[in-house]
Amino acid sequence: MQYIDPLWPAYPEIFMLAMACVILLADLFVRDEHRGITYMLTQLSLAGCAVVIWMTAIYLNTGETMHTFSGMYVADMMSDVLKLITCFGVMSILVYARDYLAARGMFRGEFFALVLFAALGMMVMISANHLLTLYLGLELLSLSLYAMVALQRDSGTATEAAMKYFVLGALASGMLLYGMSMIYGATGSLEITRIASVIADDGAKNLVLVFGLVFLVAGIGFKLGAVPFHMWLPDVYHGAPTAVTLFIGSVPKLAAFAFVIRLLVQGLGTEEIQGHWQQMLAVMAVLSLIVGNITAIAQTNLKRMLAYSTISHMGFLLIGIVAGGLNGYASSMFYVVVYVLMNLGAFGMIMLLSRQGFEAENLEDFKGLNQRSPWYAFLMLLLMFSMAGVPPTVGFYAKFAVLQAIVEAGHVWLAVIAVVFSLIGAFYYLRIVKLIYFDEPADTAILAPRTDAGLLMSLNGIAVLAFGVFPQPLMTLCASSILASL
Amino acid sequence: MYALPLLSLAIWIPIVFGVLVLATGSDRNAPLARIIALVGAVLGFVVTLPLYAGFSPQMGGFQYVQKVGWIEAFNAHYHLGIDGVSLLLLLLNSFTTVIVVLAGWEIIQKRVAQYMAAFLMLSGLMNGVFCALDALLFYVFFEATLIPMFIIIGIWGGPNRVYASIKFFLYTLLGSLLSLVALIYLYFASGGSFSLLDFYDTPLAIGAQTFIFFAFFMAFAVKVPMWPVHTWLPDAHVEAPTGGSVVLAAIMLKLGGYGFLRLSLPIVPDASHALSGFMIFLSLVAVVYIGLVALVQTDMKKLIAYSSISHMGFVTLGLFIFNAQGMEGAVIQMISHGFVSGALFLCVGVLYDRMHSRQIGDYGGVVNTMPVFAAFFMLFAMANAGLPGTSGFVGEFTVILGAMQASFWYAFAAATTLIFGAAYTLWMYKRVVFGAVANAHVAELKDINLREFLVLGLLAVAVLAMGIWPAPFAEVIHTSVADLLSHVMHSKLPVQ
Repeated sequence: MQYIDPLWPAYPEIFMLAMACVILLADLFVRDEHRGITYMLTQLSLAGCAVVIWMTAIYLNTGETMHTFSGMYVADMMSDVLKLITCFGVMSILVYARDYLAARGMFRGEFFALVLFAALGMMVMISANHLLTLYLGLELLSLSLYAMVALQRDSGTATEAAMKYFVLGALASGMLLYGMSMIYGATGSLEITRIASVIADDGAKNLVLVFGLVFLVAGIGFKLGAVPFHMWLPDVYHGAPTAVTLFIGSVPKLAAFAFVIRLLVQGLGTEEIQGHWQQMLAVMAVLSLIVGNITAIAQTNLKRMLAYSTISHMGFLLIGIVAGGLNGYASSMFYVVVYVLMNLGAFGMIMLLSRQGFEAENLEDFKGLNQRSPWYAFLMLLLMFSMAGVPPTVGFYAKFAVLQAIVEAGHVWLAVIAVVFSLIGAFYYLRIVKLIYFDEPADTAILAPRTDAGLLMSLNGIAVLAFGVFPQPLMTLCASSILASL
Repeated sequence: MYALPLLSLAIWIPIVFGVLVLATGSDRNAPLARIIALVGAVLGFVVTLPLYAGFSPQMGGFQYVQKVGWIEAFNAHYHLGIDGVSLLLLLLNSFTTVIVVLAGWEIIQKRVAQYMAAFLMLSGLMNGVFCALDALLFYVFFEATLIPMFIIIGIWGGPNRVYASIKFFLYTLLGSLLSLVALIYLYFASGGSFSLLDFYDTPLAIGAQTFIFFAFFMAFAVKVPMWPVHTWLPDAHVEAPTGGSVVLAAIMLKLGGYGFLRLSLPIVPDASHALSGFMIFLSLVAVVYIGLVALVQTDMKKLIAYSSISHMGFVTLGLFIFNAQGMEGAVIQMISHGFVSGALFLCVGVLYDRMHSRQIGDYGGVVNTMPVFAAFFMLFAMANAGLPGTSGFVGEFTVILGAMQASFWYAFAAATTLIFGAAYTLWMYKRVVFGAVANAHVAELKDINLREFLVLGLLAVAVLAMGIWPAPFAEVIHTSVADLLSHVMHSKLPVQ
């Protein structure tokens, strides 16, 4: 046996932490007009982190699960894949956000440090095999996000959003901790794999366990933004600067998905307990679909509308989890990856349309985009149809995979509800397409995004179509990660 | 066996050319966009010709089959193949695309590249629907057609276009989403396959069959459209630009009829039999009641739209009386209706381009200023009324013959269309074309130009050819219909 450093599985996180500290310090010596250096360093760290993830995955993982820190930390294929996507997602966010931030005086070192810490938090969450590790990652992520929302000090709405987010987030964290303590009381362990084996040996006090489970599910519901724990979402999406909204609305959902898989599926996945949380999640899923899709129709602010659309997407994600089994979890993972791809594009587009002193966040601002720039209009069309789940875009396959899993699990009624509400959902996405294509432009400023942002946007839109025509690789990737991790 | 994947070419040539046209960009390059579009449309039509030439009408099953792996996770394949019915629809579609590109040549001045590209892509996608032998592939093409059509109605349509386009989209999406659930159900029932051919052999209990039947019914009845889910059609037609109306009437509606024929009937034969009374009833309501509705329209496009619904009633009637004549008649009616309704919408378009009115009351005495046009219009109006010697007659007559075998009263009710059809078409024709010149605008009308002559002439040839010598059309579908009937007559209830 060759010697393997026991810290290997955590190398990406260690790298990320080091780089975050380096950037925090290095930024002190960078003058405002050279802030681009910090930006480049951040991008390089993220890219470097992706390389480290790749290398550790190649060197260590022959598809096996590795533990470190005496079992508190795990690296498996699912974590590798999700972390890679997280890194690329964060990189794209920074590319989209660069001009936007610069125009609003937020192009500062703190922002990049916070972004890296948030990314680190997500990576810790994704790899956690211990309730405390999980909590640690979650808090690191959340605290960074609270600060990012509040970064625009003079903006009233941003401050309000940050406050709401913080108070409700703290409440959710409290619930989560309470639930974790119950689990600890019932099983005598905080380590997820141990919890699973204790429950499997029937050594757990069931009542306490289920009681704790309720709190855990509430905490998860809050982090995902599923109804009835969704109240913070529209306000925070709306109030936060769009660059931050883009961040909150996209990659953290990957971590939240991993959170659900680690905690519920790997930790509390025995048949009996599974029955309990499946019921709760099913209710949350249906409510999310109903509230998300119907409320979205009434919105005139695009960011708010996308917030409600997120809620409905989370409903779909939960349906995949409720379906259970390899196919169910794989479909959920596929869904969340596709969701991130689509949301990056949609919010990225809002930022492309925004400029100094102007936020293109109202639906009206998209009027006649086709006449201003047919190409970006076409990309937005693809993104919107993908969100609505119309083939041949990848959004269709995401919904399709979930529906297929749920029908396989025997809940045809859930599939029918999901279908009916995605029809209602189609309306508000269509309305955006209608504004873009059928209306005369109200705003005639020429669209001139940075070359890199424009290119990335094109890539993003084309990816939605390309994965729609050839969904196979992405689906296989998700299916095999889930297979390797369960 | 076949050197070229012709079916793939028929699907992808229009789409690729659509992308090329789109790439020409702004309206400064409009002439280039038009030429590329025409080349694409003609090329798309040309590749379908060898399909007809190489098709062996005696052979059952599917020909030109192409099967490549696509999505492993769902066991879905890129699986294409055609029988006689799909062959005719492919030809019709590719032919219509050429007509539509020509028809929009000068009329469309706003965002020309997008207009042409939308039609080309739509054409490719619809070819995909007619060729797909994999249910998921079928669904993807079927749904994807919504996007270009939505855009076409919404951008180039009339004053109420936004309402019409959203109504069109949501109506059809509702139907197809439900059929998606049915397809997923079938996937599990057939043991994990999306191949239509596997679906054909899957035994299903009558309860499941009924559920699937209604799910498909929602998807296809909306597309046909059958009474009472037809209300999107008059709106969409009236608001769509001429080319959009032509494609809607000539091809899009056929997706519904084709869906019934390719999916509903062979996959759930027992439910189809059990519910045939229901389907026949709806079809006859469409034929009779909608025929009467057409009679009172004052808007020419609306009148033709209602007449389309009424004629499509013949298609569903023919499909659900379960005999060879009915079914062959239904297929021929689909093709014929494609030519005739397309031509009628073009005629209205010709008038609309000059007068910017579709109201019958604004016209009168057009024959005095546009004699050549009036002659063409006359021919198509007669075909719509089902005059012998035109294609309209062949389809309707065959369906009525088939209906007669099933029940005298079905045939009787269906035959009333010969009266109503003649009444509303010819009455409209009389009011628009004959009589004294009604007003100064009519007096200033110019007769059709060479391009319009070419477009209408091509369609006139098609309508007459099919009416006088339908054998080439009937021959290719003969075996396919017999095949289909044998599927439909074969119960799929699980053996106890």
